[in-house]
Amino acid sequence: MSDRLTPPLTAARLVVSRDLLLAFRRPEQLVHPLAFFVMVTTLFPLSVSPERAQLRAIAPGVLWVAALLAALLALDFLFRDDAQDGTLEQYALSGQSLTWLLLGKTAAHWLLTGLPLSLMAPLMGYTLGVPMSAGAGIMVTVALGSLALSFIGSIGAALTLGVRRGGVLLSILILPLAVPILIFGSRATELAIRGETYLAPMELLASVVVLSFTLAPLAAAAAVRISLE
Amino acid sequence: MSASLLRAENLHLWRAERHVLKGVDLRVRGGELLQLTGANGAGKTTLLRALAGLNHLEAGRVFWNDQDVREDRAGFHAALVYLGHEPPLKSDLTGIENLKYWTGMRRPLTDSAIAEALHATGAAGFGTRPVRTLSAGQRRRVALAGLVLAAVPLWLLDEPTTNLDTEGQQLIERLVATHLQDGGLAIAAVHHRLAIDPSRLRELNLFA
Repeated sequence: MSDRLTPPLTAARLVVSRDLLLAFRRPEQLVHPLAFFVMVTTLFPLSVSPERAQLRAIAPGVLWVAALLAALLALDFLFRDDAQDGTLEQYALSGQSLTWLLLGKTAAHWLLTGLPLSLMAPLMGYTLGVPMSAGAGIMVTVALGSLALSFIGSIGAALTLGVRRGGVLLSILILPLAVPILIFGSRATELAIRGETYLAPMELLASVVVLSFTLAPLAAAAAVRISLE
Repeated sequence: MSASLLRAENLHLWRAERHVLKGVDLRVRGGELLQLTGANGAGKTTLLRALAGLNHLEAGRVFWNDQDVREDRAGFHAALVYLGHEPPLKSDLTGIENLKYWTGMRRPLTDSAIAEALHATGAAGFGTRPVRTLSAGQRRRVALAGLVLAAVPLWLLDEPTTNLDTEGQQLIERLVATHLQDGGLAIAAVHHRLAIDPSRLRELNLFA
């Protein structure tokens, strides 16, 4: 019987590649949040005003609220399937650190939801009258914001595993924690649209990412262990 | 891995108002199979999950090789595989992919080792099909291949013969017998007792 164990980083990488493979086998997980994001942002020109100047003024808020809600919608998928088919149980009993494995899961989740959202955001900004020159800024800030939300959201997703239809509860738990992301993110986007430097709010956003990246997987692992009882 | 030993003392567990485990003691050493018997709801699954550390014990301690498992949870988990009612397989992945991720997380695997394990559990013919398209019995065979591949000393099996045909039950008995011969130990919750060499067999009857 072999004593050789899979190193923790390899195990985390296996989790990432497994989740990516699963998402490509079943792409609705990838498509739903994106479609939601696109639809919500296109509702604004229809409902507020097609006036370019006015749309541009509300663009940062619209983009961020829509991106946040789309990312939140996707969070419900994060652990639910794995909890149902016993995969989380096996993760917890694998002898590997559950924190590392959940870090891998959350990273994969961001690659599948946050990254596509941030790639789509400049395009949706453009439909709201935002110049393409602000595209890079929007992309980076949405990428950072969705990354922080994925990590913070992993705690909520783990805590609501035992709850039937936990989606609404998850939103109620996570949205207040997402307020700093929304404030810094929309501020950075606003500055980017005006063509000014958006470094300060972006750095604050990055600090939220670092904070959530370091603490959230620990909390999520503890919550998952409780949910397995 | 000479003479592995799992020992549990005075395990107590409550489920809401119900006292499920009332001071369970057990002792299984390498080469032995402990069969947990008892009516539905007697606490067989609960005991297995509590031993694995999935359920929280109100009182009592579990020792693996004379070390309290709480001192080295990861080390204990690396030495066991728990197989529950439902095989922990992803329906959108093939059997081989499932094993690559599930067991590969525990120890590095080669493709030939996976193929060999699937062959040993009679699952070689459908290893490349998505698990979604397999019957319940076929899924269980894929899961058993994962159990073999993990090559750990301690097996915790919950109703291992569920959904298996007669030949599949003999397969389980063969797998367990080989495992015991190699010095491993197993605890299985069963309704139908496994036909294993009686000198290796122990039984614990739980009362509801």
